[in-house]
Amino acid sequence: MTSLTEWSERDLGVDGHVLPVVTAPHPVLAAPSERVDPSDPKVAQLAADLVATMRVSPGCVGLAAAQVGVGWHLFCVDVSSHPKTRTHHGTFVLCNAEIVEATRREKAREGCMSVPDLTGDVKRASRLTVVGSLPGSGEQVTVPTDAFEARALQHEIDHCSGLLFLDRVAGAHAVYPRRTYL
Amino acid sequence: MSLIAVTVIGHDRPGIIADVTAVLADLGLNLEDSTMTLLRGHFAMMLICAGPPSPPEVEKALEPLTADGSLQVSAREVPPEPDLGATGVPYVLTVHGGDRPGIVSAVTRELAAVGGNITDLTTRLTGSLYLLVAEVELPADVDVDVLTGRLAATGESLGVGVTLREQETDVL
Repeated sequence: MTSLTEWSERDLGVDGHVLPVVTAPHPVLAAPSERVDPSDPKVAQLAADLVATMRVSPGCVGLAAAQVGVGWHLFCVDVSSHPKTRTHHGTFVLCNAEIVEATRREKAREGCMSVPDLTGDVKRASRLTVVGSLPGSGEQVTVPTDAFEARALQHEIDHCSGLLFLDRVAGAHAVYPRRTYL
Repeated sequence: MSLIAVTVIGHDRPGIIADVTAVLADLGLNLEDSTMTLLRGHFAMMLICAGPPSPPEVEKALEPLTADGSLQVSAREVPPEPDLGATGVPYVLTVHGGDRPGIVSAVTRELAAVGGNITDLTTRLTGSLYLLVAEVELPADVDVDVLTGRLAATGESLGVGVTLREQETDVL
């Protein structure tokens, strides 16, 4: 494969199923996830399920396995239609992802599908390089990115470490009730 | 089971929160929402708790903490408030400039005039610099450009700068 951007969930060769999203205080959200074998067909199926669940969730730009109750180290991301996105790589799933470089921390207010009633101000790197493996092929990829995709990747990698944005809020008065106005 | 609002204010020292909450826990009260900060160096905490005791029983139990006069405590029953959800679009208001009387009232009056509801507010005076930061929910039909103009004019008359920006939250 020449570029991550060309990857799509169709490459997994299985249909994804929408799974229920778990919310805090569920213990799976507070425990570090287990590393996975990216070529395991069960990992490919879960990858497809994560993408399917992300697609049907309004405004959702990323989903970690822990958020569907599975303590495996993988997540999907797609920030391609978000206004704060600069660089992006479309829809992709990474297994066993790690941050290798993170600079230029900026603060922004985040919410999370697994913490439906709160938001919080969190500082995150706006320049980021992540390495991880694609489910199915197991190909290792390096993802250099910035801005909103960088924030989303850090948020999802945190889920794989058993961390919520609540663990990183900027201060005692940086947590707010989430009030969705429609 | 009633809801009780407890306020504690006074001379700060390590251990006030541990002491107060131990008393409340021993009474079988469950802490719901609380906030605490230092205001001009004074300990200031407010909390809403739920449980069987009456407010006078709560004040009585907290009395030992007030005995040396360093803390004032009150406990009052409050009715449950319905969660109305969002009543408007969230904005953050920031005001800063030279201190003078009337800044908070003049600026917040402009918000109230359009039905803006303040959901969180902090003001600080450091030296001669006055700072106000507020979270505001503005009704969807407010003309924000007009309001921004009014706030700017109010700020100008007081010699302070006013900024109003929409608070964006990104769901990840």
